Amino acid sequence: MNNSLKLESHHLNTLFNSLKRDNYTLIAPIISNGSIIYEQVNSAEELPRGWTDEQEAATYRLKKQNDNAYFSYNVSPYSWKKFLFPPHIRLFTVESKGKSFKINSSDAPIPAYAFIGVRPCELNAIKIQDKVFNNGQYTDTVYKTRREKVFIVAVNCTQAGGTCFCVSMNTGPKAKGGFDIALTEVINEDGHFFIADPGSEKGTKLMEDIPCSTARQSEIETAERLVQTTAQNMGRSLDTNDIKKLLFASLDSPYWNDVASRCLTCANCTLVCPTCFCSTVEDITDISGEHAERWRRWDSCFTMDFARVFGGNFRPSSKGRYRQWLTHKLASWIDQFGTSGCVGCGRCITWCPVGIDITEEVKRLKNEY
Amino acid sequence: MANKKPKVAVFKFASCDGCQLSLLDAEDELLAVADAVDIAYFPEASRKMLKGPYDIGVVEGSITTPHDVGLIREIRRMSRTLIIIGACATAGGIQALRNWKDIKEFTNIVYATPEYISTLDRSMPIASFVHVDFELRGCPINKYQLLEVINAFLNQRKPNISAYSVCVECKLKGNICIAVANGIPCLGPVTHAGCGAICPSYKRGCYGCFGPMESPNTSALSKHLFEMGQTGYDIMLAFRSFNAYALEFRKESDAYEK
Ligand code: SF4
Ligand code: SF4
Ligand code: SF4
Repeated sequence: MNNSLKLESHHLNTLFNSLKRDNYTLIAPIISNGSIIYEQVNSAEELPRGWTDEQEAATYRLKKQNDNAYFSYNVSPYSWKKFLFPPHIRLFTVESKGKSFKINSSDAPIPAYAFIGVRPCELNAIKIQDKVFNNGQYTDTVYKTRREKVFIVAVNCTQAGGTCFCVSMNTGPKAKGGFDIALTEVINEDGHFFIADPGSEKGTKLMEDIPCSTARQSEIETAERLVQTTAQNMGRSLDTNDIKKLLFASLDSPYWNDVASRCLTCANCTLVCPTCFCSTVEDITDISGEHAERWRRWDSCFTMDFARVFGGNFRPSSKGRYRQWLTHKLASWIDQFGTSGCVGCGRCITWCPVGIDITEEVKRLKNEY
Repeated sequence: MANKKPKVAVFKFASCDGCQLSLLDAEDELLAVADAVDIAYFPEASRKMLKGPYDIGVVEGSITTPHDVGLIREIRRMSRTLIIIGACATAGGIQALRNWKDIKEFTNIVYATPEYISTLDRSMPIASFVHVDFELRGCPINKYQLLEVINAFLNQRKPNISAYSVCVECKLKGNICIAVANGIPCLGPVTHAGCGAICPSYKRGCYGCFGPMESPNTSALSKHLFEMGQTGYDIMLAFRSFNAYALEFRKESDAYEK
């Protein structure tokens, strides 16, 4: 059964309008400060039409292309994580009342976001964070209250970025569920259109209001071929065979000294990673001590305070910290959450200031094994 | 909070005054601070000169003369808690550039009667002479961080001052990394947070005003800057500025001095 619809590119904005009508706050890729980032938008015209990004280890450049494509680029430096798991958020305030005190939790309204342009690897990252933050047993209310309202418009990748390796991680370049609508953008001699696949009841319902037709088999195949070509052109690859065994057997590998000599412990990799979920809390007061607040902010296993406990720091060396990151991400994550912690988005490679490349690091580790 | 207001004294050694003035610059919070503490000694702000001991001694500036050495020891004895502020106090300051030169030669050129000049051969951080309870970094310090340290002291809690890289501040703010996106050399990855990533927010590479971060891998960053086209001389200069004499920056600039 074929549910695929064909949406002409000039009708893309009706999708935006329908989501706005349903009171969603639209978040989509836009150009800002020399990079494509996910921010609030009003219309499809704000998308980086005709632009692409070139990503390599420690380099990111925007480039003008002569197509009018809406989605001819790959992932942005910041993932959708910043909306569901905000970098810095006040958890509650405390007022002193004589000998006692009163706690006020935040009652700021939580927007219903429509994420437009979520890449397949990013969809998988959201699924992973769902397991971490909203697994039935331990619930993070900050995440849950935002996540349950989200409408997701996924976009299948019709080009591979220089640091992408979703094929190795089995997370792309085609979205397999977890979205409300998935789009594949096609530009060819027949025109400029999207193949739109509803992935939920919400998605099916929304598409009813949007002018589109049933896609022809040949159009579906064209879109399919674009995604397949993307899969064949991955910028990177990572061999996941026996990866858990490799990491767990490498605790004492001399390799860790090598990477520690190159790693800056700056924490960029963890902060851009769409699955990294660590945070810390900080208490602040006013000078009088009458008013206090508790804030939560992103933390990273690369900072010293992360492993500081009473009596000392149990991971003081850079070697220990890089090893912790790689071992958790690629191995112990599997035991903990039933999935790898890496979706192959390549952000940690692009945004590492010295270009440390997780796919190369795994090769190096293997060579020492 | 304690009934008796804590006595605070602010002292200055070799420095530009910028750091202690940032306290006066904290307009909105200044009254609350003045209300909560007894400013016993602060020549820049008040004529009141109360004798020690003090609950908090705040020290700006570096130690450059034998007289300074005696004075800082005296201040330490008089201060229950000693907080030092700014790159001069924590690392010797910009004036520590003289540590690479011959001080006799300078005094001979500058002064008519150099025999009258009594100076140490180097500009040294406070912690080289006395035990320090808290170091607040920056050239200049961030006034909100100074308020946070005072505030935390008054409320007997740990100050929220992080020693991680400036990169973390960039990422928390949502900056686009200018090193990666624009190829601009940036010391952020090896520099102590605290400024709020001001320069990268304005498309300038970090200058390292807050000194080395908690686990700085300066040689790995230099190697990368070199591969990106910086000369050894550029790298030497980058590390030899406001925090030139801070150990890790000093070693790095020495390594590129050829
Ligand atoms: S580890 Fe790197 S490639 Fe993998 S998901 Fe995180 S940022 Fe992306
Ligand atoms: S791997 Fe790169 S981004 Fe991550 S901490 Fe090390 S230097 Fe920083
Ligand atoms: S701009 Fe500089 S401080 Fe900011 S993330 Fe990039 S390297 Fe780090």
